[in-house]
Amino acid sequence: MMFYRRSGILHLDYRSERQLWPLRFDRFLVATVIALLLAAPLIVNRLYLVAYLVPWLIWSSATLGLNLLMGWAGQVHLGYGAVMAIGAYTSVHLVRFGAPLELAMLAGGVASAAIGVVFGAAALRIKSLYLAMATIAMQYIIDFAIIHLPGVSGGVLASIQVPPVRFLGLQIEGDLSAYYMAFFVCAMIALFLLNVDRTAFGRALAAVRERDFAAEIIGIDTFKYKLLAFWASSFIGGVVGCVLVVCYLRTVSPDQFHLDLSIQILAMVLLGGLGSVLGSFFGAGLVLFTPIVLNVVIGAAAVRFGFQIDADLKAHLPLMLYGTLIVAFLSIEPLGLAKVYGNVRNYFLLWPFRTART
Amino acid sequence: MDVALLEELALTGALVGTMYGLVALGIVLIYKTSGTANFAQGAIAMMGAYVTWAFATWAGLPTWLAAVAAVTVMFGFGVLVERILLRRMIGQPVIMILLLTFGLEVFLRSAAPGLLGSTIKRLDFGIPQAPVFIGDVLINRAYLIGGGISAALIIVAAVLFSSRLGILMRAVADDQGASWSVGIRVERAIATAWGLAAITATAAGALWGSMQGVSWSLSLLLVKALAIAILGGLDSVPGVLVASAFVGVCEGLATGIIDPLIGGGTRDIVASVIIIVTLLVRPYGLFGQEQIERI
Repeated sequence: MMFYRRSGILHLDYRSERQLWPLRFDRFLVATVIALLLAAPLIVNRLYLVAYLVPWLIWSSATLGLNLLMGWAGQVHLGYGAVMAIGAYTSVHLVRFGAPLELAMLAGGVASAAIGVVFGAAALRIKSLYLAMATIAMQYIIDFAIIHLPGVSGGVLASIQVPPVRFLGLQIEGDLSAYYMAFFVCAMIALFLLNVDRTAFGRALAAVRERDFAAEIIGIDTFKYKLLAFWASSFIGGVVGCVLVVCYLRTVSPDQFHLDLSIQILAMVLLGGLGSVLGSFFGAGLVLFTPIVLNVVIGAAAVRFGFQIDADLKAHLPLMLYGTLIVAFLSIEPLGLAKVYGNVRNYFLLWPFRTART
Repeated sequence: MDVALLEELALTGALVGTMYGLVALGIVLIYKTSGTANFAQGAIAMMGAYVTWAFATWAGLPTWLAAVAAVTVMFGFGVLVERILLRRMIGQPVIMILLLTFGLEVFLRSAAPGLLGSTIKRLDFGIPQAPVFIGDVLINRAYLIGGGISAALIIVAAVLFSSRLGILMRAVADDQGASWSVGIRVERAIATAWGLAAITATAAGALWGSMQGVSWSLSLLLVKALAIAILGGLDSVPGVLVASAFVGVCEGLATGIIDPLIGGGTRDIVASVIIIVTLLVRPYGLFGQEQIERI
């Protein structure tokens, strides 16, 4: 198991030292995963593609967006579902007016960012505690606004169909094109976040996250960077909201973006690992698939041992699970699955030795 | 719109608000001692109502006795939450602790209906249905009694803060390290705050449960409680009393005036709007202490 081999890697210039994956094995892993994802429609059953891979990619994108705010900038957002709702509704309406999808998607992002910042700006001046309250209030207000503005939702119980669209020349109609579109957007967002750390913006965010008044002293405009992070995160949220409706839901209705969605994405960020791109994918996978697995297991156990599962219990099981996982991870492994993976990787970096010689 | 109706809406609103205030009181207590907001407060109120219902139904106690029993049990629950979950988080960033309580909220809010069934449970304190007339204003008797109990409890809490326990908790709130060095048991003070917060939440939950039935929707009290806590100032007990009346009146009037125009649902967002407006205009609330960070 000496895959993560560090021997023989000598950095001769800054460029090579600052590359994303200095280890050959890491590069190999990333390439394999990308290749597998690109070839997925050929490998896996169409049903699995639509039911598991597409939502995983979309929810991972959303998790990355929220993680930018929570993991990189150290702020908190309890209403990310509402942010996605703004993007989704804006883009769908624009598409229905005949705008090209690419433009509508970006406009959705801008709308999310603009409206999101209105709610965030007040609270960002003070402590993170207040931001939590402002964003949870935002969730309720946006929910209310969408339902009660007939121009937006088309009525209380209405859902709006997404018209046929083209994305970068690709007609989005079947499962395949939707999958590749979700993959493309997810890859773009992941690439952006991988590179954030290497920019002045990313370093400023790290300083703000670690101690905001210390950052202020070394000349970083804390409020500006918090606001920028909030803006960028909301923008991504809006874009992902658009992808969600175009590639997965196909129709948009107010009940898809309630607090439950916000909780789900929050759980993904926390379980995956704050400030980790890889962790966001882990977290999204864990949160999306554990309830399904659990349902199957309990169902099988019920058949095997002949007991009945209460319908109420079954309906509430996912949220119970998310709550438990959030509490458990925060108190046992606050940095989430990314840290767990990191521990394993660190172990194998040195294997067969236990500790590095100092 | 006639004046009598407005009066009625405002008065009922104030009473209802005071009951929200009971939930907010717990948030303020915990913020005062440990500097973090408790986002599980709504779910704890809901759980208090469920426990009351369980005592009344399973043990067959009279409802008021069941409420007393529930208050006792929930005090223990609050202390346990602090001991098991929160204490190991000491020294972690505030956000982490806040998210932990939010995780607890998510868990409790789904566990109670999941395990006990999601049908609405009835909780009957035997308060007569007939309304009371004050002048020519009609007031629901349950609101009157509930509001009265809540106001009394909030005042008791305010008085408590000048007792020995209160001084102790204020010391912890002011400076944990300094309190430690003069021999105050900081952990115990924080645990007490959690226990007291659970008590007030349970009282609120039981009162609400008797009016609208016990179900998961009781946990929505969280947003209203947050609005009150933030409007009154997160660290001010008297602020809770004033802000709760204000939030209640706003909610009552908004429901009465705006609902007919747009077809319902205003009640749920008045609290959210108040949170945002407070943050924009006066972030530390009406009576809150402005925080100045020393470097």
